[in-house]
Amino acid sequence: MSDDVKYQTLEHDVIVIGAGGAGLRAAIECSARGLKTALICKSLLGKAHTVMAEGGIAAALANVDAQDSWQTHFQDTLFGGKYLNNWRMAELHAKEAPERVKELERWGAVFDRTPDGKILQRAFGGHTYKRLAHVGDRTGLELIRTLQDKGIHQGIDVYMECTVTRLLKDGDRVCGAFGYWRETGRFVVFKARSIILATGGIGKAYKITSNSWEYTGDGQALGYEAGAELVDMEFVQFHPTGMVWPPGVMGLLVTEAVRGEGGILTNSKGERFMEKYDPKRMELSTRDVVARAIYTEVKEGRGSPHGGCFLDISHRGAEYVKKKLPSMYHQFKELADVDITTGPMEVGPTCHYTMGGIKVDADTAASRVPGLFAAGECSGGMNGANRLGGNSLSDLLVFGNRAGAGAADHAKKAPAPKMDEAQVNDAAKEMTGYFERPNAENPYQLHMDLQNTMHALVGIFREEKELSAAIGKLEDIKRRAKNVGIAEGNRMYNPGWHLCRDLHNMIVCAEAVTRAALMRKESRGGHSRIDFPKYDDHWGTHNIVIQKQGEAMKLAPCPVVQIPELKPLVDDKKAKEAK
Amino acid sequence: MSTRTFKIFRGDKEGGKDVDYNVEVEEGMVVLDAVHQIQRTQAGDLACRWNCKAAKCGSCSAEVNGKPRLMCKTRLDDFPEGETISVHPIKAFPIIRDLVTDVSWNYEVNKKIPPFTPRKDANWVMYQEDMDRVQEFRKCIECFLCQDVCHVLRNHDKKDQFYGPRFMVRVASLEMHPLDGLDRTKLLKNEGGIGLCNITKCCTEVCPEDIHITDNAIIPLKERVVDQFYDPVQMIWRALTGGNDGNKNPGLQQKD
Repeated sequence: MSDDVKYQTLEHDVIVIGAGGAGLRAAIECSARGLKTALICKSLLGKAHTVMAEGGIAAALANVDAQDSWQTHFQDTLFGGKYLNNWRMAELHAKEAPERVKELERWGAVFDRTPDGKILQRAFGGHTYKRLAHVGDRTGLELIRTLQDKGIHQGIDVYMECTVTRLLKDGDRVCGAFGYWRETGRFVVFKARSIILATGGIGKAYKITSNSWEYTGDGQALGYEAGAELVDMEFVQFHPTGMVWPPGVMGLLVTEAVRGEGGILTNSKGERFMEKYDPKRMELSTRDVVARAIYTEVKEGRGSPHGGCFLDISHRGAEYVKKKLPSMYHQFKELADVDITTGPMEVGPTCHYTMGGIKVDADTAASRVPGLFAAGECSGGMNGANRLGGNSLSDLLVFGNRAGAGAADHAKKAPAPKMDEAQVNDAAKEMTGYFERPNAENPYQLHMDLQNTMHALVGIFREEKELSAAIGKLEDIKRRAKNVGIAEGNRMYNPGWHLCRDLHNMIVCAEAVTRAALMRKESRGGHSRIDFPKYDDHWGTHNIVIQKQGEAMKLAPCPVVQIPELKPLVDDKKAKEAK
Repeated sequence: MSTRTFKIFRGDKEGGKDVDYNVEVEEGMVVLDAVHQIQRTQAGDLACRWNCKAAKCGSCSAEVNGKPRLMCKTRLDDFPEGETISVHPIKAFPIIRDLVTDVSWNYEVNKKIPPFTPRKDANWVMYQEDMDRVQEFRKCIECFLCQDVCHVLRNHDKKDQFYGPRFMVRVASLEMHPLDGLDRTKLLKNEGGIGLCNITKCCTEVCPEDIHITDNAIIPLKERVVDQFYDPVQMIWRALTGGNDGNKNPGLQQKD
């Protein structure tokens, strides 16, 4: 046992947890400002879920539609978010996204071009103008590779395949992080003056998801347990188009770019059903609307053979489809034996993105815990009740950059971190404990039970009865999780052991989603209540904020942060949409 | 639903052995699904890397029946019914555990390649026909299967002398970027070891992104090295002009 509390200590000014777009961009900013920066990721560098972002980066460059402006982008984002967004975040995002995209190009990104040699932009759901800078349907890969290649030449210390399990505190402030190397299972402590969480989403708490194994809500849970607040956790985005067949790839993302390029949705009767749900925007309505439409069509018996609907792009011609949607072409050809240049795909909703996350200050990305920052999907506020496609990659860049600057400024002023050995020992004991439980609960089984619970009871459509049942089930899952463990293998690269700890984070997030969903008695964006199908005026101006109080989750409605100068823009959009 | 037998390597750098697992097979299943099923039901500690499950991240490289493949893209119905499917870690890199290998060398190589450095006069106007060539290289998902099959790395273990196909593609993406202002030809010739590639095209065959690694990246780069270091006319020109070969762009235009 004495071996187990041995650990390595690494010291940096700033540590960034998570190496997708937000984490990479944040680390680049910190190190550019002269700080010793660590970038820690659970996978190898360049494998984060950002690579799965396909459609593009939303930025009002106005290269294709000259009328576009930050104001319109801001309005679209608030309309998409059903006016629950943090206005300041949406403003900064709309204003700064174009510069972040141009910066990527200066760092070597190679976007598709307009005939006059500018960055090409495509249409996407909820965006008034053609706004998404893209590279075919692999924009995320281009973004992550560009940042990766920029970052490694800038003196960032990259720690790959390392999982952080606890944030360490010195009084109120964070002073470091405890984790393990996946390869050896040995422990490591990172000392730091500032910590940026950029760990992405919580998709793995759901059964059908586009997310990979990494998305277990680590940042949200780490932040919550360190005293940060969570906001908007009830808003989970089900992407309307995931693959529904074969079973092994159920949930795998089918980019919105298919609809952006003219793809048409039909049901088993051949009806273009979006006419019923959003005749104005049709297939390019916001994601929440399209996901609910497909779900409803299937539920009412008009689904495709494998329980989805049809999405057809073949009318654009084989050459065009292969050029603009190459990875979709290959994905369907190789995994589903479907040639999308000659016939339709079958698609259905898949858990894709969490609008909610750690509540942060818009300008600096600071949480309320001194020294703790958050950016990207694990932060909340930017997207309100529903995120527009394309606003994620731009969010990563804009707020990754701002979190980097905020964390760097803080680190320059903060005193040296003081470690508390007891916290480290406690964290180590938690990890070794998973091997010491006779008749332990199987982590894979418990994970499936969690996913089934969330899928069945806290999915696209929700109601009080089911949400209450989910709370009961989650209590049971929490109790079982105390006895989760693994008998096989040792600490060397042991995914079963890793899952034991990841489950803890997923359960924290699942509970936050469920409790917030129960509290919000209305339907809005990514939260649809069968028992409260309409908008509610009170809830339309309030976010739900969650904090840890003892062992309990405390929820409270909190007024949306509005900005008087932006009010005319918002009122203008509301008036337009009311017509 | 039928059952299929998998032979999976279990072990670490101290050694190991193939272990048989029977897996319930359903329609459309890929090798990675089988590995996950084994983890869930038979061997919770079976180590493998994976992320996207859609051939976009390049994490789940392995040797399936001796052939380097992405497990997420390898359908079980590609193999004759009843055939046992073997899954081994990629061979060119040191094993960590089970199907996971130490690929950190690749990340070290990447650090040695000078990054994109825009020309001072760059106006950022670029046309799609110039982009097409570079975009092919930028499709690379870093699965390192090309590194795995490259004879120079796999059979001769000359990692100290050759960067490998992945990084020839990386250099090509920089050298052929219309606005890049650096010349990496000397690096390719010396530390990069491009001369060691004897164009057997194994890398191209195995690339899951269908990048024409040999024809579109390595051969043009080899030509560039030849032009700069072995072409007598150019050698005389450099002697007369004081050895100025810093501007690669005229050469770039000629190679179209």
